[in-house]
Amino acid sequence: MTGSITEPRGVTRRLLQANAWFVYLFFYAPIVLLVIFSFSDSRNVGVWGGFTLDWYGDFAASEPTKDALWASLQIAAVSTVVAVVLGTMAALALERFTFRGKKVFDALLYLPIIIPDVTMAVMMLLFFAEASKLFGFTKGFSTITLSHIAFSISFVSVVVRARIAGTDQRLEEAAMDLYASRWQAFRHVTLPLIMPGILGGALLALTLSLDDVVITQFVTGPGWTTLPVLVFGLIRKGVTPLINAVSVVMLVASTGLVGLSLIAQRLRSDTS
Amino acid sequence: MTLTHNRPIADTAVATPEFEAANERQKRRRGLLLALPAYAYLVLFFAVPLGIVIVYSFATRNRFGGTDLTGWNIDSYTALGDSLVRQVLLRSITLAVITTVLCLVIAYPLAYYMATRRESVRNLMLVFVMIPFWTNFLVRNYAWYVILGTDGPLSRVTETVGIGETRLLFTQSAVVLGLVYGFLPFMILPLYASIERIDGRLLEASRDLYASGFQSFRHVLLPLSMPGVVAGSILVFIPSLGAYVTPEILGGAKTTLLGSYIVTQFLTARNLPFGAALSAVLMVIMLTATIVYFRKGGRTL
Amino acid sequence: MRTGGDTGEDRTVDNSAVDIRGVTKRFGDVVAVDNIDLSIADGEFFAMLGPSGCGKTTTLRMIAGLEFPTEGSLRIFGTEVGTLPPNKRPVNTVFQNYALFPHMNVLDNVGFGLRMQGTGKADARRQAAELIELVQLTGMEQRKPSQLSGGQQQRVALARALVNRPKVLLLDEPLGALDLKLRQEMQTELKSLQRELGVSFVFVTHDQEEALTMSDRIAVMHDGELLQVGSAEELYERPVNRFVADFIGQTNLLDATVLDEDMIVLANGTRVMAPNPHPAGTKVAMSLRPEAIRLGPRGSVPAEHEATSLPGVVAAMTYLGHALVYRVNIDWLELEVRTETVGAQDRLQPGDEVTLWWDRTADWVVPDE
Repeated sequence: MTGSITEPRGVTRRLLQANAWFVYLFFYAPIVLLVIFSFSDSRNVGVWGGFTLDWYGDFAASEPTKDALWASLQIAAVSTVVAVVLGTMAALALERFTFRGKKVFDALLYLPIIIPDVTMAVMMLLFFAEASKLFGFTKGFSTITLSHIAFSISFVSVVVRARIAGTDQRLEEAAMDLYASRWQAFRHVTLPLIMPGILGGALLALTLSLDDVVITQFVTGPGWTTLPVLVFGLIRKGVTPLINAVSVVMLVASTGLVGLSLIAQRLRSDTS
Repeated sequence: MTLTHNRPIADTAVATPEFEAANERQKRRRGLLLALPAYAYLVLFFAVPLGIVIVYSFATRNRFGGTDLTGWNIDSYTALGDSLVRQVLLRSITLAVITTVLCLVIAYPLAYYMATRRESVRNLMLVFVMIPFWTNFLVRNYAWYVILGTDGPLSRVTETVGIGETRLLFTQSAVVLGLVYGFLPFMILPLYASIERIDGRLLEASRDLYASGFQSFRHVLLPLSMPGVVAGSILVFIPSLGAYVTPEILGGAKTTLLGSYIVTQFLTARNLPFGAALSAVLMVIMLTATIVYFRKGGRTL
Repeated sequence: MRTGGDTGEDRTVDNSAVDIRGVTKRFGDVVAVDNIDLSIADGEFFAMLGPSGCGKTTTLRMIAGLEFPTEGSLRIFGTEVGTLPPNKRPVNTVFQNYALFPHMNVLDNVGFGLRMQGTGKADARRQAAELIELVQLTGMEQRKPSQLSGGQQQRVALARALVNRPKVLLLDEPLGALDLKLRQEMQTELKSLQRELGVSFVFVTHDQEEALTMSDRIAVMHDGELLQVGSAEELYERPVNRFVADFIGQTNLLDATVLDEDMIVLANGTRVMAPNPHPAGTKVAMSLRPEAIRLGPRGSVPAEHEATSLPGVVAAMTYLGHALVYRVNIDWLELEVRTETVGAQDRLQPGDEVTLWWDRTADWVVPDE
């Protein structure tokens, strides 16, 4: 048992406390202000002009916004499902098996995590440009989704791998010893035990897909604008309070996802 | 109660080295089969695109804004020496360094303070660091756009206090602010992880051996938490260097950074080979940093 | 080489619960199990004993089907199963640290094997409940493994294996995680459970006392080799080599060379009587258990023990209550001698010159490997 670090006293302690308060204020004040201004009855985004729900009404009435939201959700759903399946399989292969090319695969799997958005965006842009020369397709849902899967697989596999590493492999042996076939052992023992990791990975993939601006912007095509791309475009064109409302909707969505991930984490600690 | 097993079982082959080897091969094949979909996907949709970027960086831009995949040359790389490009690179690196240092200065005391708290408090503090980390990045940058705007709340406050209105939006300071805001959790989490692991008795021992508070920090706490410092710095530095969204929203015309500069080459200037070369440079910096990270014994988040 | 057990004998395979012939297991260049022959009778409580890394667990895992032998024959009740996967073998295992499924309650853990064999849910539950009663855990059915004590988890693991009516039950260090008192209780319980069920138990342990108290027969393994199979008594009194002599109980090992079938020459040239089967000139070690040695003042040795005695000097004495332990220096070696406190002769002090002697049948000569 190692001792935890004891708290310093006097001025140091007060400075540390002040810093902590500062950091949390820094984190949350902008978000709170944004929410407040989304209810402001003023054409100027940073000015309080009395309470209104108009901007949310505009959001609900605006076809491009609704289309963008729908596009975002479809892309996020499909890319998450595919990334979760492929990422989980990859995680199982890496944690439980040895095979030829494992090290290369491991390295390849890390790259999308550490590569900057812009680089990945450039890669996908040129790739689809070359590919359409060969096969001739229009960019849109498929190119965006394919790109999102490409970076999500890695994040899913990292999260799921951590969970698999924390699961005793002998439980699978015990299942086989108790007449379970390989598939039954996976279905009844391994899968339920790594499920919290899979859920965590899925939420991460969902969040990443819903958040992405740069890569989507590079690989999108006619008729396929996701919500973040739409907002990004609006901000650069000239800001209207509608963006405040859209932003808050996105904020609520990601906060909801965090809530779900915390519940998943709770489940995780229950079964370990 | 008597126990007897009634399942009939039939003789199977006697074990041989050949059977064992075949079994081993089958196990490997199973592993490869499991990895194959993701493997193939990443080769096709990641490794190949990466290769194409490298190939493009040696290609030639033609007069019509297209790219000729003939006449290979290193012009795009020599162009990196141009004064304008050097300026962008230097500015990006400077801002990324400033961002990293600011994050470190803010995050270290917080991480240390968290490590001294009770477990329940510390978990709560951790969750509240994680939430911004999960919150939409674009929205978080936009929030600062609203706050820093000419008629925005910050300006109101400074006017009321009597300092006069602030004009931070579209400056480099605003960009740094946005980057710090965006990437601070990347610094806090690894720092906390490494400080939390340190045995508190080591600090007590150093105090017992006549170290002052600062000496104890300088000679015990800091060296022991170095892996966290390195990990956090790299995790902040890389995305800051490649940042695109933040400078686009909070920065102005004079604050072009590497990320935006690369995008411009593709979407506006149509100089694809040069854009590809810039991406390659960014990738090399990123890979170097990552290798340093793993050398220092770091792990992924 | 003398063997205590019945390993090299040719017996009808059908009599044995487990019959291992020439089994070797290699992991890369490491030979984990080296060409062993072993028969375990039906209804036998059989222990595999040895230091960690000796190959005992690998052998158990091969019987379970969790590893396949590199070569050799492995039969269960006469049927060759060497290449049969674990889920097709009529054996079940109590794993080290139990490996209970953390996401299932006690009832589902115990019923798991039956469900996998296609037994209906209700029937599986009923049978599981019976076994839970057998291991005295009635009332705990709905608990998760994490809500049970170590001893209770151990019982669940036992019930989970036994509910399948295995022909052989394999136990891998089943008591290793329990504290001393509980361990002793469980030893008795396991033994009586085995008697009641009449099923062979194959038990892996590194704890020799556990192996000696519980088992009908014990196999001693070292570095992948099966050194000796026999009853506790055989292993203790007639070990086949230096390792077994040293590993089972405490002993003094005196290096020697065989002179003839009755005499050996100790390292310092002293001749002592020690009947042995080895050819003259063989390097051997003489094993003398501490409690088999007597000692008295120099020259007090009875005439009939003259040929089995050695001079020495007391180096140290420890009082243990029920026994006195002397360390006696015999020139090139210090021997441990244990005497009863009650009825002991005058206590000897460090520095006293003494003579050690022992019964002609008390020493045991083992080849020096």
